[in-house]
Amino acid sequence: MTAPLRLVHLYPREMNIYGDHGNVLTLLRRLEWHGYRAEVTAVHRGDRLPPDADLLIGGGGQDSGQGLVESDLLRLGPDLTAMAADGTPMLMVCGLYQLFGHTFHTSSGRVLHGVGVLDIQTVGSPERLIGNVVAVSEEFGQVIGYENHSGRTTLGTGAAPLARVAAGMGNNGSDRTEGARYNNVIGTYLHGSLLPRNPTIADHLIATALQRRFGSANLRALDESSTGEARRVALTRPR
Amino acid sequence: MLIGRAVRCATRLRGGGTALPGLVMERINPTFLSRVLAPLPHGVAVISGTNGKTTTTRLVVELLRGQGLQVLTNPSGSNFSRGVASSLLGQVDAFGRLTADIAVLELDEAHGVRFVTDVRPRHSLLLNVFRDQLDRFGEIDSTARLLHEIALRTTGTVVLNRDDERIAGIASSIDGVPVRYFGVDASLLDRFPGDDDLHGRGADRRAGDAGADVLLTAMDEHRATFEFDGRRHTVDLRLSGSYNQLNAAAALAFVRAVLGDEVDEQALLRTLSDVTPAFGRGEVITVGGRPIELILVKNPAGFRLALESFDPAGCATVIAINDHANDSRDVSWLWDVEFDRLRRAGVEMVTGIRAAEMDLRLRYDDIHPVHVEADPRRALRAILSSGSDLPVRIFCTYTAMLQLRRHLATLAHVARID
Ligand SMILES: [Zn+2]
Repeated sequence: MTAPLRLVHLYPREMNIYGDHGNVLTLLRRLEWHGYRAEVTAVHRGDRLPPDADLLIGGGGQDSGQGLVESDLLRLGPDLTAMAADGTPMLMVCGLYQLFGHTFHTSSGRVLHGVGVLDIQTVGSPERLIGNVVAVSEEFGQVIGYENHSGRTTLGTGAAPLARVAAGMGNNGSDRTEGARYNNVIGTYLHGSLLPRNPTIADHLIATALQRRFGSANLRALDESSTGEARRVALTRPR
Repeated sequence: MLIGRAVRCATRLRGGGTALPGLVMERINPTFLSRVLAPLPHGVAVISGTNGKTTTTRLVVELLRGQGLQVLTNPSGSNFSRGVASSLLGQVDAFGRLTADIAVLELDEAHGVRFVTDVRPRHSLLLNVFRDQLDRFGEIDSTARLLHEIALRTTGTVVLNRDDERIAGIASSIDGVPVRYFGVDASLLDRFPGDDDLHGRGADRRAGDAGADVLLTAMDEHRATFEFDGRRHTVDLRLSGSYNQLNAAAALAFVRAVLGDEVDEQALLRTLSDVTPAFGRGEVITVGGRPIELILVKNPAGFRLALESFDPAGCATVIAINDHANDSRDVSWLWDVEFDRLRRAGVEMVTGIRAAEMDLRLRYDDIHPVHVEADPRRALRAILSSGSDLPVRIFCTYTAMLQLRRHLATLAHVARID
């Protein structure tokens, strides 16, 4: 029996807001449903990254939570940068998406330093961008989520957007981009939770991790009827 | 004053809402509230927090009435300044005087600050800060700051939840007024998960350091033991659910803070055992002999507490989720609740605008709801015509509760909603 796939959940105590727990749950369950075993390792402040990490997940948090994890994340920076360059799949939502970039100038005048895995910059604004979002990605199709953030994020030349906003604000409310990608790293503002509502993204992360670990990924066709109905209803809801 | 009273009568005759007279009054006389409330012998007592405000306010009001006080409150559920103003109008005599001893008001954390700027409370009771309607407030931390503001404006005693870090932390910046606490015994803490306990923190959760004036030390479904004055008192309760028992501890601590030595302890405990659940907070409506229990859920901690509080066995469980502005437009929070406890007994029905999202959520916990029916009226009809005689327990968001209650009203006698 091979070792289970190792999912790493970054800072679940501080960065766990708006349903980001659902992303971890979704990866675990879908891996099971696809016939694989998986385990979640939580990385708290002061912990080391497990050397056998196959897939990293991080969520959003309060401003105070972001302040708490900032310096600890910088400690992990070199490892995270190396893993990202090596092709490890990662999903970072909202707060950790911002801290995976270069800097976050908050609206209260603080400068949070990120690990720079993603070529993005974020500037805070007193007005939060809040509401349902629909975006379109060539690879993943219609991406459905919910955003709630004060940061306006702009992409540098080293990052590609995850999707184009069809309804909602996305990265900054002006250039219609949502999220960022570099190698197999995905950053996004979308909660919702993102992965149960967007199984194409979940299975992409899963397949990438399996491919890297086993050299192949055999995903089963799952019954997505409940997902389809939840997506259909989500698309009808106002901002 | 006469203008305001006339407006209230007019809206009553039309059967209109409760907020209009207050609105008119605010325009006519902005200092109305502070002027009318100032002479009350026991002043103004306010209760706020994300969860349990309504039930706790009801408990405090009943406990004070049981002590012989004339209590003025805002029972309408429109818990903003305007609603307060309109409920006062009904209790003002022709000379513009209030006949009450004390005003006990439930404050919404969004509107509370404006209210306490106009009217400084003598006493305040701050219950908890949970993730709730974040699309309205943006951040939990800002909710805590608003509650903090209420505490700073309080001139008498501030009563805090010692086991909620964000609430207990308020004490360090209060100067010159006494602070008291309610809390739960360390042995019961794991029955009260908070937002921060979602991910593996439960094991090292500690009770707050402060000494509690009233401590909840033991509980089962309809009975709780409270420790105060160095003695333990066991009380049979008509309120069920562990969170309501904690609300009762909060209410006891608050009434003791308000009345000091004047409290008649025996009467206090007697009244406590008679208090019934507030509208939609464990309220039971009987239809064709079948009890239907409505339990309001509005945030992850509240939903987790509700699931922890009630045994799903022998009961048809229904979940009704809407996403109007008064619920939460964001349904992400459903993914922060673990539903494992419902797996064995199963879920009979999911309903409401976001029934499909709830269905999806449950499937990721390996629970397959028997029926998915977005329309609450059809959902109720299906449940009631299924031939089962199991009691029905409906976990519902705010507007889903209003809809269900309205539909149930056509099927059974339901107390007037006001
Ligand atoms: Zn966010």
